[in-house]
Amino acid sequence: MDLLIKNGVVYDPLNGIDGEVMDIAIKDNKIVEKIDESNAYVIDASNKLVMPGGVDLHSHIAGPKCNVGRMLRPEDHYKDVEPKTQVKRSGVGYSVPSSFAIGYRYAVLGYTTVFEPANPPLKMLHCHHEFKDIPILDKGCLVMFGNNWSVMEYLRDNKLDECAAYVAWTLDATKGYAIKLVDPGCVEAWKWGDVEFLDVLWGRPEAIDKPVPRFGVTAKEIVRGLCKVNKLLNLPHPIHVHANGLGTPGNYQTTIDTMDSVKDLAEEDKPIIHLTHVQFNGYAGSDWITMRSGAHEIMKYVNANKHVSLDLGQIIFTDTTTMTGDGPFEYKLHLLTKNKWTNADVETEEGAGLVPIHYKKSNFVHATMWTIGLELALLAKDPWRIFMTTDHPNGGPFTHYPRVMAWLMSKEARKRTLDKISKRARSRSDLDNMDREYSFYEIAIVTRAATAKILGLKDKGHLGVGADADVAIYDVNPREINPSSDYKKVRKALSKAACTIKDGEIIVKDGEIVKSIEGRTYWVKPNVPEDLMKAMESNLANKFRDYYTVEMENFKIPDRFITRSSPMPTYYA
Amino acid sequence: MVVIKNIVCPICGCLCDDIEATVEDNKITKVKNSCSVSATKFLNYYKERNLSPLVRKNGELKPVSLEEAVDRTAEILMNADFPVIYGFACSGCEAQAVGVELAEEVGGIIDNQTVTCHGPSALGLHDQGMPTCTLGEVRHRADLIVYWGSNFQESHPRHLARYSASSEGRFRKGRKERKLVVIDVRKTPSARLADLFIPVAPGQDYELMSALRMALQYDDIEEESVAGLPVEQVEELAEMMRSCEFGVLFYGLGLTMSRGKERNIDMAVSLVRDLNKWTKFVIMPMRGHYNVTGMNEVTAWQTGYPYAVDLSHGYPWYSPGETTFTDLLRRGECDAALIVASDPLAHFPKNVAQNLCKIPYAVIDPHLSMTALAAEVVMPCAFTGIEAEGSAYRMDTVPLPLRKVVDPPPGINSDEQLVGMILHTIRSKRR
Repeated sequence: MDLLIKNGVVYDPLNGIDGEVMDIAIKDNKIVEKIDESNAYVIDASNKLVMPGGVDLHSHIAGPKCNVGRMLRPEDHYKDVEPKTQVKRSGVGYSVPSSFAIGYRYAVLGYTTVFEPANPPLKMLHCHHEFKDIPILDKGCLVMFGNNWSVMEYLRDNKLDECAAYVAWTLDATKGYAIKLVDPGCVEAWKWGDVEFLDVLWGRPEAIDKPVPRFGVTAKEIVRGLCKVNKLLNLPHPIHVHANGLGTPGNYQTTIDTMDSVKDLAEEDKPIIHLTHVQFNGYAGSDWITMRSGAHEIMKYVNANKHVSLDLGQIIFTDTTTMTGDGPFEYKLHLLTKNKWTNADVETEEGAGLVPIHYKKSNFVHATMWTIGLELALLAKDPWRIFMTTDHPNGGPFTHYPRVMAWLMSKEARKRTLDKISKRARSRSDLDNMDREYSFYEIAIVTRAATAKILGLKDKGHLGVGADADVAIYDVNPREINPSSDYKKVRKALSKAACTIKDGEIIVKDGEIVKSIEGRTYWVKPNVPEDLMKAMESNLANKFRDYYTVEMENFKIPDRFITRSSPMPTYYA
Repeated sequence: MVVIKNIVCPICGCLCDDIEATVEDNKITKVKNSCSVSATKFLNYYKERNLSPLVRKNGELKPVSLEEAVDRTAEILMNADFPVIYGFACSGCEAQAVGVELAEEVGGIIDNQTVTCHGPSALGLHDQGMPTCTLGEVRHRADLIVYWGSNFQESHPRHLARYSASSEGRFRKGRKERKLVVIDVRKTPSARLADLFIPVAPGQDYELMSALRMALQYDDIEEESVAGLPVEQVEELAEMMRSCEFGVLFYGLGLTMSRGKERNIDMAVSLVRDLNKWTKFVIMPMRGHYNVTGMNEVTAWQTGYPYAVDLSHGYPWYSPGETTFTDLLRRGECDAALIVASDPLAHFPKNVAQNLCKIPYAVIDPHLSMTALAAEVVMPCAFTGIEAEGSAYRMDTVPLPLRKVVDPPPGINSDEQLVGMILHTIRSKRR
């Protein structure tokens, strides 16, 4: 069916459209120049906000970690249920929703594309299993390589080409989208419970220059190596890095050093490294008493250096579940909070851990974390290199995104929360003095346009001719409303889309799901010179026998498990 | 004649994936790398099969068409107030997913064999979490391996050689570089392989674990003996655990189904968690059926809970003890069932099994199981992993693809297809 969205107030930053009243025409699943209005279903969007469907580049929605989270927290589910309807499967879960619920809730927010940021290659089939049951959304999965034995050995032996071939083979075999690094090198040390090594690493800048025991390669070398591999393979997304020392006072310097370690590899003005959930990696001070924000220092670097992009990892004051490939951090968090703890080391590759947490306004550390996320966003000069996330569910469930948008758009909204947080945290923060308020245009950048661009999804995040017909319409008139004072109205409108269109189909009407469709799975298919691949593969079968407890043949994920498979070929540099 | 390599074995939670089968005339005639349990299955799967759908008429099971059997099953489930869909520990994840959908459609319970094996592990996980790892981690690093209440030599014959004490890893070259401890109530064939066998008094595992935790903290234990063991031996074991480089605690039904149940798992996880203050220690349940782990995973991502999920409210609800199949039967609360790839009549307690016989139920199974003999409807299905494709989760939650090695007998469908047909029939009847 043809669709015509009429007279909407359109924000489409990738095409430079800043609140123009215009029509958007949709034929099949694409945006087109013009359609015959008499044959089209017309949606009256006058006095409404129209944006491309939201694109989230970092949200833990599928895979082994998420499912352990669900099993760990029945108490999280009882309070938040999603009943079955004519078009919806049922579900539960507040911070770790079941798969169907994830798809519906994102669609209601006007989001249509979401990337899962961390799966170990060995368990990627689990991720694809869950992707099949997340309706509506287009998805992709970032694959962890930062503690992979083969990667560390190739880099130690200066075999960059073989390393690239190995990464390409793994991405292809597991149908992954990009290279993720989680606490590079340290997870391997944690697998021995090597507390001495980890003590050194937690929050000390010199740590990234210390060789990983038994592997003789440093965190910095792993980051640099994989950054080069990323360039060799021409992957659509830069390396996606969860830096060392997460959640430790003093770690902001490690974050800056990590960014700086690849500076010389940059060409043009394109980001070549993405630092994720930087709030968790942006603490100054030397312990929990002297902790303060490191946002100024980090943003000074980021504003001056175009090879970096980052996302916030903003926290929300709520009860949530932390889950990360950073096993050692979760153990530390368990020791701090005494909350129940799950650890899941994965042979030869990576690890993971989970601990529930309740962020409280009165808690000095939590309140400081809250200020850091917002400071990062408000200090950013270039919104195209900073993206809004809560690192769902680590900072808080994605369903709270409109709350974060309101804080970004309104000083008054921030002040209302500042009035309630720990006084010590407030007095140490600069947030009170920050007057900047995001415009709707900037919100469109940090929630869809810029994220689609950094993911390398050419048909997403904009409304130009040829783009995928993923559109969000919100019941708020940006030409009339003043978000600075009317932030509650804005928040409410952004919480429930008046209409979400995915692949040219109307999915959400007035905040309710009216139709459910299957989403795509994006994955990369890097082409590597044949002789190089052959040389690498000849070793690989033996390596599998030595390193894994599964056969190489059973590690490769057959196509039948991939939902609406959308491979993206890339070519070797 | 064809030789097919790297088949994933659909028997126990080990999911060994190096099985080699020789296929002649659509029959497996030879297997390599299989343990005795696996080889028996691969070489005899086609024997004593029921190949016809059956429906009970005048008290006797009579052969009928598949349509009639499906139709009768749909009727049974539709006429029930509180039906249960049960089983799936020997099905692929794809069939399990359709099972959950069917339970949602008929507004019933979806439950699985976890209720009679590692349900307490799930409850322990809710309470304490679970520091664990994949089996390869044990292979490469473990120098202390403890099996508690598990006769792995008979239940998981290749576990020791492939994944634990006798395996060859990167940092541990084999049996000589590791210590093997078996804790059990009697000297099982597995215990005979151990460097140290600890005979715990029956029903006193909880006491022993508490004492170990005390000994770890250097607390005085003011008793001469705990759980039938001299205190010195408890302290010795605690010291052994504390001083290893990488320890693992594998536990079986001896812990989950003896006195204490989920409290035992609480204590076991707490013990392992405590040990991490001194060294690296992990814990892992020895899951039995090859894809019972998968059923927990599928149910969890689709409904939020690992087993015993009540979908009668229109959304998932979970309350083990209330929504578990065994307890529903014991109280006579459910009034129909569909049982897939499972034989509960042979395994449930007597009073529970008796109540199962009082309600109408349908069975999907490759064989005429004891449960099938007392059923209202029986539908034969293919063996997933031998005659049908699918996927499964190993006991350490590593997912693996299952292969179709031979064709199923003519006219025989996979359980995924059969459950799908029932769902489809119910939907079209309701429209």
